[in-house]
Amino acid sequence: MENPVKVDPINSLNDFVIKFANVNGTGSASANQMFAKSIFRMGIPISPKNIFPSNIQGLPTWFEVRVNNKGYLGSRGGVDIAVAMNPQTYSQDVEEILEGGYLLYDSTWKRNFNRDDITIIEIPLTQLCVDSFTNAKQRALFKNIAYVGALSPLLEIEYEVLEKLISEQFVNKPALIEPNIKALNIGRDYVLKNLPYPLGINVKREDKLKDKILVSGNDACGLGAVYGGATFCSWYPITPSTSVAEGFEKYASKYRVDPQTGKNNYISVQAEDELAAVGMAIGANWNGARGFTATSGPGISLMSEFLGLAYFAEVPLVIFNIQRGGPSTGMPTRTQQSDILTCAYASHGDTKHVLLFPEDPQECFEFSAEAFNLAERLQTPVFVISDLDIGMNDWVTDKFDWDDEQKYDRGKVLKAEDLDKMDNFGRYLDVDDDGICYRTYPGTHPEKGAFFTRGTSHDEYARYTENGDINEQTLTRLVKKFRTASELVPDPIINLSEKQGSSGVIFYGSTSAAMYEAKDILNENNIEVDLMRIRSFPFNLDVWEFIENHDLIYVIEQNRDSQMRTLIMAEGGISAEKLRSLVWFNGDPIQAKFIAKKIYERESQQALIS
Amino acid sequence: MSYFKPINKHPNLEKNKLGLTRRDYEGGVSTLCAGCGHDSISACIIEACFRLNIEAYKVAKLSGIGCSSKAPAYFLNASHGFNSVHGRMPSIATGANCANEDLLYLGVSGDGDSASIGIGQFIHAIRRQVNMVYFVENNGTYGLTKGQFSATNDLESKNKYGEDNLFPPIDLTSMAIQMGASYVARSFSGDRDQLVPLIMGAIQHKGFALLDIISPCVTFNNHDSSTKSYDYIRNHNEAMGKTDFVPLGEEIKTNYDDGSSVEVKLHDGSRLSLEKTDHNFDPTDAGKSLELIREKNKEGKIITGLLYVDNKCKPLTEIMDLPDKPLNTLEQDELCPGSEILEEINKGLS
Repeated sequence: MENPVKVDPINSLNDFVIKFANVNGTGSASANQMFAKSIFRMGIPISPKNIFPSNIQGLPTWFEVRVNNKGYLGSRGGVDIAVAMNPQTYSQDVEEILEGGYLLYDSTWKRNFNRDDITIIEIPLTQLCVDSFTNAKQRALFKNIAYVGALSPLLEIEYEVLEKLISEQFVNKPALIEPNIKALNIGRDYVLKNLPYPLGINVKREDKLKDKILVSGNDACGLGAVYGGATFCSWYPITPSTSVAEGFEKYASKYRVDPQTGKNNYISVQAEDELAAVGMAIGANWNGARGFTATSGPGISLMSEFLGLAYFAEVPLVIFNIQRGGPSTGMPTRTQQSDILTCAYASHGDTKHVLLFPEDPQECFEFSAEAFNLAERLQTPVFVISDLDIGMNDWVTDKFDWDDEQKYDRGKVLKAEDLDKMDNFGRYLDVDDDGICYRTYPGTHPEKGAFFTRGTSHDEYARYTENGDINEQTLTRLVKKFRTASELVPDPIINLSEKQGSSGVIFYGSTSAAMYEAKDILNENNIEVDLMRIRSFPFNLDVWEFIENHDLIYVIEQNRDSQMRTLIMAEGGISAEKLRSLVWFNGDPIQAKFIAKKIYERESQQALIS
Repeated sequence: MSYFKPINKHPNLEKNKLGLTRRDYEGGVSTLCAGCGHDSISACIIEACFRLNIEAYKVAKLSGIGCSSKAPAYFLNASHGFNSVHGRMPSIATGANCANEDLLYLGVSGDGDSASIGIGQFIHAIRRQVNMVYFVENNGTYGLTKGQFSATNDLESKNKYGEDNLFPPIDLTSMAIQMGASYVARSFSGDRDQLVPLIMGAIQHKGFALLDIISPCVTFNNHDSSTKSYDYIRNHNEAMGKTDFVPLGEEIKTNYDDGSSVEVKLHDGSRLSLEKTDHNFDPTDAGKSLELIREKNKEGKIITGLLYVDNKCKPLTEIMDLPDKPLNTLEQDELCPGSEILEEINKGLS
């Protein structure tokens, strides 16, 4: 540590942000994840975020971990420790470090960074690995493990935890354990021999994560689809949704193979495009298998024609939309919540769709499984709308939970014996007066129950008709069905403050983590707010009541046009003045500071000094 | 509108092994133009299903958009139908087929559907070897939108208004062979004797079967300067030798001169017996088939008959190792791993 630090170094226990700057494709991801997991294993809440380019090799990539013993999992902003492994981005990485922060870099090639307010930690990582390994690939790869090893004494990460993680990671390739441990020790020993440790920033075991797991939203969606009984998955590769299909395949190949025959009780088809992906899923659902597709914004645009067909012909369907930065190709590796309207009203003509908004991987799992019940009950497309932040980052989340007593709701499906008792089957007869009609699977009964599924206007017996009155009746019944849907979808989560007359806040999805923290910041500054987290569309009475009961409501979203606000205004005839739009759409996850600052300024008519 | 026919059954109508008459395989009254080739094809489908003793409710009829795609409403009333969106029937068929392999999938499409808007899905369904019969009711024109050229219209063939066609046609049969279709035939809607056995063979075939059927559009493409008119096809049709469909366990009754017929065994044990007009031709040799199609195209002839068959192909459901029991019949206890396994998964994530 060469530079004399002119500012007191940051001192913080179990509360800091560390950012790793790497080159894409150099094997840093697994080392960085190991670092994050080691802190998680020490019982301290973390929120790791991948900040990566749309690139395979060569461009800069970052991995940021917020360590926070209060359990705030949203992005904080600012960096306390930078591990700078990419000379391309040195200037940016060094600039981001907060006053009093720390910089660890590969001093094989020494640099002068012109910051006298930070502590600079020099470790010749490349040199150390060149000296210790002969294989060129290993020399490059193990630099990453070596810096994790160095961080162990610097931050007081329990060394045994790291060792255990390595042995777990390579349980099927035991030959790799030894060189990885060696690399870990290279970094660690260098610090022990040459540098003062620990830093002012460090970690200490806590017991805050007893019933928590660390998992990504997409993995959770894939697992939820397995638990929800999906047998058919069709998908087209697109960032950031690809890992939903991969998650499904991973779990299905483990838990869905018939032990007797070795056959797959599922299928995953990589389609030729998104149009085919959604078409296949519709075909499977039409035939009585639970099928889904996973995509992101551009895919939704491509699927729109088929979504209208599924809506109008009333075929169940589950679509995962892992949103990314738009419009157009936009920012494929950044996060946004900018497909709300396009999903709510996807396809031409009068269409409306059921949307679910999970806030974290635990809810991704829950909603993913539940989406199949809703789709079959309602015979309509159901979107699970997540985003890149939830989907591709690991989150500390509640353990997954499953009630074995809970049975799948396969909806209104007539079997042969039901048809035998009937004289008058009409596919679109609203016999129960809830807008949902009875369907049959192909091949059910030799004489009864066949019908013609079509996207053209049809009567109650599924016959083509150009009678406008009949078509109007069909469209009106679909509105009735949508009302029924509002009674079945997940309720909003409402959290009222003790103070009467507080302003309201509406938010959804990945904004949660930042919002909960923002609420605490506001409370510390004597501002009370009532929260409502919307979990689904159509909105139910609880949503309208909350809006009715507040004079001013902030609607917080990660898109430019305040799309949820528009949806609320359009669906409920709510006045624009009542709903104050608060948006963040730079592609990075929204931050608590931003939310708190905006609300504080409006509520107190003065600036929030943090 | 769909019209339903009055059911008047003649007591002496011929019955098949299921005790059904041809009337039992009919559909609604066609709303296509009088004389439309598509209606003849529907009649041939009815005939093939009748002869094969198909249970209509075990059939799924799928289509896209266009005149041809209306046709499934005009046959097999007891079957479920799915009239999807333009050019996208193959994806519906793929998903449906994976969900329940036990049904017979009849996909009905046209040249607009398959050679233009849906050419990608068409090719990929072939490539995946979806087990289905795929009909292209090929008339070289967009009838429902009043006679625009389609991508199968021949270069020299003008439209009804005398305008020239500027772009060459796509030959669906050779494309399908190249993409891996395992049963490829071309026929003519006006040649019932040829078409019915070809449909029967396609139904019994396991894998992707393409039937490219020239089916004249009487309203927009049946004029003198069209190459897809009834007259033109009759004058230029070079029918390959006769194809006979021989059900499982029956003797071949047709007699050809020694060495002039070739027999192809289908997956269920039934056979196709093909009369050979060209002694070098072997319908199981894709290279020879492609050569033949190309040669005849050059000569300005329309070669019809069974062009290619691969009776050893593996359909999609086998490639993907799906169980014998259809996916759509699996119950929750077979699908849901349950809470104990979830607890294990939780442990792995902590």
